[in-house]
Amino acid sequence: MNKNSLTIGRSNYLDNNGTLLKALPDSLNKRKFLISLYQTMVLTRLFDETAINLQRTGIIGTYASCRGQEAIGVAIGHAMLADDVFIPYYRDIAAQFQRGVLLEEVLQYWGGDERGSNFSQQANDFPLCVPIATQLCHAVGIAFALKYQSKPNVAVVTCGDGATSKGDFYEALNMAGAMSLPTLFVINNNQWAISVPLERQTASPTLAHKALAAGISAVQVDGNDLLAMYISVSDALEQIRQTGKPLLIEAVTYRLSDHTTADDATRYMSQKALDDAKQKEPLIRFKHFLTEQHSWTDKEDRALYQQCQQQVDTSVEVYKNLPAQQPGEFFDYMYEQLPNSLVEQKQAFLDGLKRHE
Amino acid sequence: MNEWTMIEAINHALAFQLRENPNTIILGEDVGVNGGVFRATEGLQQKFGEQRVIDTPLAESTIIGMSIGMASQGLIPIPEIQFMGFIYPAIDQILGHAARLRNRTRGRLSCPMVIRAPFGGGIHAPEHHSESTEAIFAHIPGLRVVIPSSPARAYGLLIAAIQDPDPVIFLEPKRIYRDGKQAIEDNGEALPLDTCFTLREGIDLTLVTWGAMVKETLQAAEQLAAKGIDAEVIDVATIKPLDIDTIIDSVNKTGRCIIVHEAAKTCGVGAEIAALLAEKNITSLLAPIQRVSGYDTVMPMFQNEHFYMPSTERIINAATKSMEYR
Ligand SMILES: Cc1ncc(C[n+]2csc(CCOP(=O)(O)OP(=O)(O)O)c2C)c(N)n1
Ligand SMILES: [Mg+2]
Repeated sequence: MNKNSLTIGRSNYLDNNGTLLKALPDSLNKRKFLISLYQTMVLTRLFDETAINLQRTGIIGTYASCRGQEAIGVAIGHAMLADDVFIPYYRDIAAQFQRGVLLEEVLQYWGGDERGSNFSQQANDFPLCVPIATQLCHAVGIAFALKYQSKPNVAVVTCGDGATSKGDFYEALNMAGAMSLPTLFVINNNQWAISVPLERQTASPTLAHKALAAGISAVQVDGNDLLAMYISVSDALEQIRQTGKPLLIEAVTYRLSDHTTADDATRYMSQKALDDAKQKEPLIRFKHFLTEQHSWTDKEDRALYQQCQQQVDTSVEVYKNLPAQQPGEFFDYMYEQLPNSLVEQKQAFLDGLKRHE
Repeated sequence: MNEWTMIEAINHALAFQLRENPNTIILGEDVGVNGGVFRATEGLQQKFGEQRVIDTPLAESTIIGMSIGMASQGLIPIPEIQFMGFIYPAIDQILGHAARLRNRTRGRLSCPMVIRAPFGGGIHAPEHHSESTEAIFAHIPGLRVVIPSSPARAYGLLIAAIQDPDPVIFLEPKRIYRDGKQAIEDNGEALPLDTCFTLREGIDLTLVTWGAMVKETLQAAEQLAAKGIDAEVIDVATIKPLDIDTIIDSVNKTGRCIIVHEAAKTCGVGAEIAALLAEKNITSLLAPIQRVSGYDTVMPMFQNEHFYMPSTERIINAATKSMEYR
């Protein structure tokens, strides 16, 4: 066995403080572009904080925070082409925002309204996926369709570290490898699957290793290093467009929140681990980089936060004023045409409503 | 006109759709070079190429999961699950996603696909190759479940299923795959989904069935006729959504109903039909509804499977008992 083929590379551009470790490609080293990346990250952070508050006050339901993992979604969202297809799980709002999903639609979804997945500005991306790892199989089919239709596009799919223990994960990688389908797999390795830490999830030296058995090349990336993430995702997408072959990125990060608002991480996550992880979080690091390399000022920073908070607040207002669903709308999309039995059940439901009026 | 067995009719319906619509894709285990273990897809890969008739790795969850992804992008996948006994790894994808995609995106994305699987007993197959678990799928909102019982209905219903904009579970009664031929025109004409087919008219008794049991039920009707009992025979064909109206009309006429199915009794589709008759039509009944079905046992291995399968004799006994009520 060739030992080299079993080593996984690791990509980093910023150290834990945000100091640049090596020169950026010129094409990326543009202040305006770098700020646009930062802006999506800040917007996501502020939205996330607001969403948690909205859950606490009963305005939305259970919500899954992406605190600390924003760089992954920002990189994906900015690196993908519009006609690529994104198949997200539930910690990907940063990418979704960038791809045209509205903030109020995300609130609508977590607020218990299916219409939040009927994206008004995004026709093709999948809604987020709750049954762990099942979305990886969809991505493979979407990649097949893109290839079949001779489109120069890629299906980009995400999952968590826990998801890599599921059969669907292995099946999907194997299928994409065997059929040579343009798929980018991105693992958000936030070290936890609810309360189960990574070391209980697998004996694999890295999660990226799991791709090797499927004949898929993989890298590990510092998922809190926005530059490394952006460059890795962009490079991977370009390579997939050229070769038509799937790739995998393991983004190493840390969940700086409860699993969801229904969880209490103090039951299993030590304060020290959390404090250590906070030292490496992506927003502080990227701000440090902008300050050092692009003379980003505190004043600009405050203005950006204000602007993003306003955008979040507006979306909350829009969300609160959305009209309720039509009574019985939940019958209407079960089939393209409602079968008689459902027409009958819907009528009985509506009659029941009338009797209560 | 062609004289085709059910398996040939299925093969030609698939070929017709592959010819008509370049977005139609067949995928599954052994469906390509080998033409499927029952030969349903025989010759199709040669005709339509490896990109349209795909031998996949052995991975049911992903065969269905990727079909969902394909369907969402405008393709019409027709995945084959080699035997119904091996559809369970894909239940997650079928129930959790295929059945729900349209609803959860309010119609933005949908899932037009036909999952084909041979099912049912009576062919002396090994363990796990003979079950009838159609009720699992019939229970799930968002799915259609279609079961042909003759070559012509297999052809017309499969065409209809492929043209349908929602996911269809198309269960093929493999016991009658090669049970006689029928004259069929290869014109791509669809039969209606969501309706029963009345195969024999009669005034004394209604026999309701589907799939391979149509055979024994028609035989029973013939033998009952010899005894002066004139049975109507209904092939349900689409068991979800269920056309209860045709069954009600018949029971209005006969006042007696016997439901025949191979699947286990408890919570089988027969229970649903009986419940609907009780809800909607109990006053027209002259005798208790009866179910002639498989038992609530694991499908016995083949030495004993004939004890499990409803027989013509069991149907006749039930009919005779029903006629005793005045
Ligand atoms: C098939 C399945 N099993 C269990 C669950 C319940 N569940 C929701 S999230 C989760 C942990 C997932 O961990 P990971 O894949 O690491 O993603 P993370 O939430 O950490 O981002 C579990 C067990 C589920 N949604 N789906
Ligand atoms: Mg995790």
